[in-house]
Amino acid sequence: MDYDVIIIGSGPAGLAAATLIAGKGGKVLLLDEQLRPGGQIYRNVENTSMNLRKILGSDYACGEALVKKMRQQSVDYIPGAVVWQVTEGREVGYSVNGKSSLVRAPWVIIATGATERPFPIPGWTLPGVMMAGAAQTLLKSSGLAADGAVFAGCGPLLYLVASQYLRAGVKIAALLDTGAKPNYLAALPYFSGALKRWDMLAKGMKWISDIRRSETRVIKRVSELRIEGKEEATGVSYRTYSGAAGRIETKNIFLHHGVVPNVNLAMAANVEHLWSDEQICWYPRVDSWGCTNVDGLLIAGDGAGISGGLAAEAAGRLAVLWCLKELGKIDPTECDSLARAQISALKHETRIRPFLDNWFKPPEPFRVPDGDTIVCRCEELTVKDISDVIDIGVAGPNQLKSFSRAGMGPCQGRYCGLTVQELIAKKTGRKMSDIGYYRLRPPIKPISLGEFAEMDAGPPANES
Amino acid sequence: MKAKARTADVVIVGGGIHGCSVALQLVRRGLKTIVLEKDHVARHASGVNAGGVRRLGRDLAEVPIAQASWELWQDMPGLVNDDCGYRSSRYLKVARNNKELQQARIRVRELHALGFKHEEVIDRETLNEFMPAVSEDCVGALHVEGDGAAQPFRTTIAFKRRAQDFGAVIEQGMPVTCLGRKGNNWLVRTPSGNFETPVIINTAGAWGGRIAEWLGDKIPLEAHAPMLAITERMCRFVDPVVGTLGDALSFKQLDNGTVLIGGGVRGVASLDNNSTKLDMAGLSRFLKTAQDVFPVMRNTNVVRMWAGIEGYTRDNLPVIGKGSESGVFHAFGFSAHGFQLAPAVGFTVSHLVMGETPNLPIKPFAVGRFHV
Repeated sequence: MDYDVIIIGSGPAGLAAATLIAGKGGKVLLLDEQLRPGGQIYRNVENTSMNLRKILGSDYACGEALVKKMRQQSVDYIPGAVVWQVTEGREVGYSVNGKSSLVRAPWVIIATGATERPFPIPGWTLPGVMMAGAAQTLLKSSGLAADGAVFAGCGPLLYLVASQYLRAGVKIAALLDTGAKPNYLAALPYFSGALKRWDMLAKGMKWISDIRRSETRVIKRVSELRIEGKEEATGVSYRTYSGAAGRIETKNIFLHHGVVPNVNLAMAANVEHLWSDEQICWYPRVDSWGCTNVDGLLIAGDGAGISGGLAAEAAGRLAVLWCLKELGKIDPTECDSLARAQISALKHETRIRPFLDNWFKPPEPFRVPDGDTIVCRCEELTVKDISDVIDIGVAGPNQLKSFSRAGMGPCQGRYCGLTVQELIAKKTGRKMSDIGYYRLRPPIKPISLGEFAEMDAGPPANES
Repeated sequence: MKAKARTADVVIVGGGIHGCSVALQLVRRGLKTIVLEKDHVARHASGVNAGGVRRLGRDLAEVPIAQASWELWQDMPGLVNDDCGYRSSRYLKVARNNKELQQARIRVRELHALGFKHEEVIDRETLNEFMPAVSEDCVGALHVEGDGAAQPFRTTIAFKRRAQDFGAVIEQGMPVTCLGRKGNNWLVRTPSGNFETPVIINTAGAWGGRIAEWLGDKIPLEAHAPMLAITERMCRFVDPVVGTLGDALSFKQLDNGTVLIGGGVRGVASLDNNSTKLDMAGLSRFLKTAQDVFPVMRNTNVVRMWAGIEGYTRDNLPVIGKGSESGVFHAFGFSAHGFQLAPAVGFTVSHLVMGETPNLPIKPFAVGRFHV
């Protein structure tokens, strides 16, 4: 099958993009790692019970229409497809049921969304500790919720998941809020802009007031967190900026400090990335359509910069309009006129971002750990291990990786990349943007050796 | 105002393992030595190769220098103050048919005739004893005891640090943009300043051909990107380092249980922007070979595949020796098997620079062999 466009990810950006291109007569392949469309935000939305919908709220349920529209179009949708490579030549390698294939198209749109920021504190690798987003995944996909959990960190998703837990009738032992005063001051100048999205502010206020009105203990201005336990988490101890300290017994701790673009696939395809001091993360350099420096490769949605689900829909449509125009399926005038609504939707959705980015900026002690805290989970390397390597003059993440194996494990740096980068920056007094990130290599997700060995990849190009 | 050129007894172009090894031996002989590295030390082939420390199966011309280097590998702490992660046990190149095994027997006879007794041919039973996990399809192997593997990045950095201990100056992020004569000296230009030196040594790896041309030697060199893959951790199932006789494969299980597989199969290298492109078909083929030799590998996950940039000569032998102009020495073009040779290359090139006769036969590596 010759495709016009390959889209990776069936979250809001991928769904909107696939629907639009198929509607205009384009041949589209939609690859998604999950078994059901919807991405993280609308995970399993076709199959949730009425009760679970009530718990998850109306913002979640509205994803169903998006999925339905995709289903009505002639889209080659392959669920359970793990994409492990996109090359500069737009060759996409993916695995379904243990069998890998390579497919190529003139246009490829990466819509793989965001991933949760690492939260390296003592004990964060113990069983029982997970990211709040992962806790929400369990709720969406199997209706599972843990009684007596502690939520720690800050950010809209943390309050949303906590309020969903409460609506599900599950008790929360405590919410430890790491929000810090300097953030509020930094966010102040952006408040008037955020007011234009008073509806979003109101939504957030509602989650917070739901939490306050419940029996949940809320401890604010938390400056230090430590998860306790030997074999598994048994509790969490904390300290606040005002000096108060305490310990809460729990087997489940959900951490969250916001999400960052999932850059692995794009970086491995040599897409140029820029550093954001505001969001403390890398993001791909894209133009207003989502085009990158790699010919024919576009990025849409949170993977291009965190803006949320509705913005991702608009970005997905914009990316596709560009492809349709280039493919000659619509003329430039139609492209521009169709783009107008999406551009204004995107603008509307992103108005609140500068305010949120500053207000919920994860404070440094939770990004740059010290002592025996594990940084690289795959290779079990602590801050001290990393610091020792920096001390012998290893000046960048890639040299550090070669020396210590940090970031060389199966997660390919998803859990340690930003932390390692910031440790180097802090120790050497250099700027984050100058330090750079790991060079990422395929496979982006682990694939079995047998699967590669048996893949039909054509004749080798060059051998010794 | 133009800054004055810095001076040195020797300027080495290329901060890979050979550049650092040569630098170490020259500073130990009391020469003021500056290494110019365009990226950072061990950025390319020296830092990302498969780490094989192998005499086994080398071209007969390379056997003496590989043997001399092997002796140096036995005391890396003495040489560079670090064990470099070097582990030696056995190195095997397995035969998958009798024809391959027969060729191996002929090779061993030739080696013995030259006085080198380290290699031998082993039968299927001995092979199974050394590696119970090996496939039943393997009929025997070429075997050596005492070869092994080291950690390439760590080894290269160890040479660099040891050279610095003795006073070598290593400038990173300093690409050479122009080389020319200034009286009897060479003038080396970089964006961050110029250098003047009577002696210049080209250890620029895949970029060595370009540097050689500036120095008056036309040496055909092709850049390729030999590819590697590494798996997740596995239970220990193989101690020796393993290759195949039929096609190129290097295979080793590291201390942490991960398995490093190289295949001699090349991706595409770009000298201008330091980039490599993997060739999925080639990778697939050498992973198939790995799976054929060790069926236990089939369900293991591959977590990472990459390639380094390496320079290959026409005869796959390195260029080691004096250049045609005075004060010029070369050591590059190791064609993806130079890592093991680095300790001996350091001594050999330092002998040449000091005007001494090297104690190893290096004629097969002469610069002039490509001249028509």
